[in-house]
Amino acid sequence: MIAEIGQLALILAFLISIVQTVAGFVGAQRRDPSLMALARAAAWMQLLFVGTAFLALAASFLINDVSVALVAQHSNSAQPLIYKFGATWGNHEGSMLLWVLILAVQGASVAQFGSSLRETLQARVLAVQAVIGVAFLGFSLFTSNPFLRLYPAPADGSELNPLLQDPGLVFHPPILYFGYVGFSAAFAFALAALIEGRVDAAWARWVRPWVLASWICLTLGIAAGSAWAYYTLGWGGWWFWDPVENASLMPWLMGTALLHSALVLEKRGALVSWTILLAIITFSFSLIGTFLVRSGVLTSVHAFALDAKRGVYILGIIGGLTGSALALFAWRAPMMRTGALFAPLSREGGITLNNVFLLAATAAVFLGTFYPVFVDLANGAPVSVGPPYYRITFVPIFVPLLLLVSFGPMLNWKRNSWREVLGRLRWPIVIAGFALLLATMVFGIAWVLTAGALALGVFLIAGAAAVLVRRWKLTSGGGWLRFVRTTPLATYGFVLAHAGLGVTTLGIAAVSAFQADRVLNMLPGQRVALGGKEITLESVLPVEGPNYQATEARFRVVGRWGERVLVSQRRFYRVSQTQTTQAGIGVSLPGNIYVSVGDQNPDGSIVVRMWNHPLVDWIWAGAFMMAFGGMLSLADRRLRVGFAAPALRPSAQGAAV
Amino acid sequence: MKASGIAFAGLLLAASSAHAVLPNEQLADPKLEARARAVSAELRCVVCQNQSIDDSDAELAHDLRMLLRERLLKGDTDEQAKAFIVKRYGSYVLLKPQFRTETLLLWLGPFVVLMLGCAGATVYILRRRTSENVPLSPEEERLASAMLESEEAV
Amino acid sequence: MKRLVFLVPVALFAAVLLTFAIGLDRDPSRIPSVLVGKPLPAFSLPGVRSRDSGLSSKEFRGEPRLLNVFASWCVSCRVEHPVLLQLKQQGVPIDGLDWKDDAAQGARYLAQNGDPYARAGNDRSGRTGIDLGVTGVPETFVVDGRGIVRYKHVGPIQPEDWTSIIEPLMDRLRTQS
Repeated sequence: MIAEIGQLALILAFLISIVQTVAGFVGAQRRDPSLMALARAAAWMQLLFVGTAFLALAASFLINDVSVALVAQHSNSAQPLIYKFGATWGNHEGSMLLWVLILAVQGASVAQFGSSLRETLQARVLAVQAVIGVAFLGFSLFTSNPFLRLYPAPADGSELNPLLQDPGLVFHPPILYFGYVGFSAAFAFALAALIEGRVDAAWARWVRPWVLASWICLTLGIAAGSAWAYYTLGWGGWWFWDPVENASLMPWLMGTALLHSALVLEKRGALVSWTILLAIITFSFSLIGTFLVRSGVLTSVHAFALDAKRGVYILGIIGGLTGSALALFAWRAPMMRTGALFAPLSREGGITLNNVFLLAATAAVFLGTFYPVFVDLANGAPVSVGPPYYRITFVPIFVPLLLLVSFGPMLNWKRNSWREVLGRLRWPIVIAGFALLLATMVFGIAWVLTAGALALGVFLIAGAAAVLVRRWKLTSGGGWLRFVRTTPLATYGFVLAHAGLGVTTLGIAAVSAFQADRVLNMLPGQRVALGGKEITLESVLPVEGPNYQATEARFRVVGRWGERVLVSQRRFYRVSQTQTTQAGIGVSLPGNIYVSVGDQNPDGSIVVRMWNHPLVDWIWAGAFMMAFGGMLSLADRRLRVGFAAPALRPSAQGAAV
Repeated sequence: MKASGIAFAGLLLAASSAHAVLPNEQLADPKLEARARAVSAELRCVVCQNQSIDDSDAELAHDLRMLLRERLLKGDTDEQAKAFIVKRYGSYVLLKPQFRTETLLLWLGPFVVLMLGCAGATVYILRRRTSENVPLSPEEERLASAMLESEEAV
Repeated sequence: MKRLVFLVPVALFAAVLLTFAIGLDRDPSRIPSVLVGKPLPAFSLPGVRSRDSGLSSKEFRGEPRLLNVFASWCVSCRVEHPVLLQLKQQGVPIDGLDWKDDAAQGARYLAQNGDPYARAGNDRSGRTGIDLGVTGVPETFVVDGRGIVRYKHVGPIQPEDWTSIIEPLMDRLRTQS
């Protein structure tokens, strides 16, 4: 019964999104207020019905209704409740429903918060959003219906893949989807602007909060995925250049470029066409990411299902949406007003260079991910691309970019002199130089590249701090309390974000260069040294979980600063008959000790792998700083013109004052 | 169904976590073992989803790890050991693609994009400078500089 | 000129889209064998069944033969086994390679399920399998009369695979030599 309600709601949502499309486009074209109001109402209705559908599916999972095929395939009565809920999106059909739900939330948000937009622009944005909705609701209904029933219903479900029975499942996909799908707003804004033929600073002001919100979610989503992989996969890796990981990185890189480019557009009216193009490209990469996971074009540990029919449909959607967007761009963009001039050495110039490097970095990720497909088509000998490729192409492109980051905020708009800029960065350069020397002396000349990477991280943090120092000098007088209160939130925002980038850089440099591991058979009572600590295996005992049985090993880790107990389990899930390893991780500021056990040997010893991961948590701490910085920026009311004063708008009856 | 292509092998694809190098696989000589680990990280596990033989606990990965160590013990250089495996499984097994005519676009592409991007940006910035060149009076210059200086917040 | 630059994105996109569309048909997990066109790697293996004298690469001479890689523990091999027995009935020369298996268990498997092989060799360690680039079971090589590998079939041989690919190939090889 619940599933049928969900099915009906999904069909209604599909129909309503068609109404929204037509009402939005026609209403804007004819400047018909009632049609445009209909589009806004339709956006709310769509949220209502998609929300109902999603809740219906979630409810089916929560009550373990195994007559619903999806529940039977991905859940089980013994599964903990939270994972029954997470299983709603731990599969292809359910995650598509989540995708569409977030799209509907976006649409309703534009209807609600976009009242200060030009009405025709808002209507067109809603119409484009609805087109995307039609495409994906149709995809759901016609190829990936989550509400299919199973006759006869089995006694119980085959459980959710044990690797997914983890808090990471509850957090990572939803927030990631908010990021992916969030960029549809920028896409819609871009297309609406192209259709209207008007892109100006006001447009950039309206778009920026949407881009920022999506970027924040994508940053958190990627970081969550990386952290989840780290503690769940049992060997402490945090990035594998897996095609699906790359599929989330590409929109992030382009989204970062879009964020900065929109800034130039807003302040100086320059980079008009380029910003529009970025808005189209960023969302297109989101679509390509969706395609990748579900079509079987590439193998990946993340891939949902190998199904060419679904791949064809999504490819059609991408072709339609991106193709028409780029065609529209080719037609309308050339007649857009170009903006103000600027010298090469200026903030605009810096951001332009930032965009070029981000584009090249994205090209590296794109080529690495899809080259095997291209070569396969040309019937050449198969090529496989792995982490070594990205180390040689992506890293050398990204490093100069990181160097540029600290220069950006120190550059004035329009023009500067080199002496001025370097003067402002005097102290960060000195501090970073000192860090480089120190690191080279401590680790040795063979580690000079690592020392450079560490110095780069220091430069980023010092450069960010220097922004606040400079502001303090310029607004001297009034005391530090006044300084703290009058500094705009947006300034804190980008300072924190850039510093976070530095923290992440330090983490990546340290763990890549200095991680150490040991593999050995250990008996209880045996002691081993690693990373300046002593690790003793205390006991190996069997334990029972809700839906698994495990061998549990307890370790005592003694360091200079104290001791702690780490627990690692080797689990066997009864229903799906799979084995997983839960690692024991000792988290601390200078780094983690990571212990992972394997099978027991006949002589009673157990296979133990242990790692020392210096500064690895800084990677995600930095990402969180970036996201939090973005949130501060978002909270700055000055940037939310689109949200602030609702414009007076002619009503259907008559004109307003 | 393409998935059967993997299923037929009868090998368990690591739905569980990787637990790659086992204690008794390791070589006694730490330098040789370090080389073995480094080379293993560059070889793809062909029955896995995107893992190296160093990371994967598939049985074929284990066999190849042992084989690799044998070759290193026999005196092969890293390149010779890799070539030994490539001869049997094809260049697909290399995680770092070879530099050939077919992979030129792959290796040079990002840098070409970088150069084209820089060129494009340069053209964009410089071309437009020549179209508008109304000089400011010294007074206006000073005023303008002061205004721009104070506008450092985002 | 300016107009042309704006066309670049859509043109690039069209090319990429086309690539993906064609790529949907491909199976990314199948990699072709590098042995095709090269001589069968040298090997000499002990027998599986009690009457076996073993299997060696030198024996692949004179006429095209099939080399079928199997194992007693392999589930999919049982799927293709009836097909192999039928081929043997038709007189197709098939040799077996018992991969990563205990010879006694391999022999028992053949005794219980039928024996399509003229000769059978046991590769307990799997090293010969590695020399052949074997990634799993079952796999079948078509070797011509001069010992050159002409084709590798990955997965169980279905009747359609035989009639549409392997049989015509073997006929062609027979007439050539």
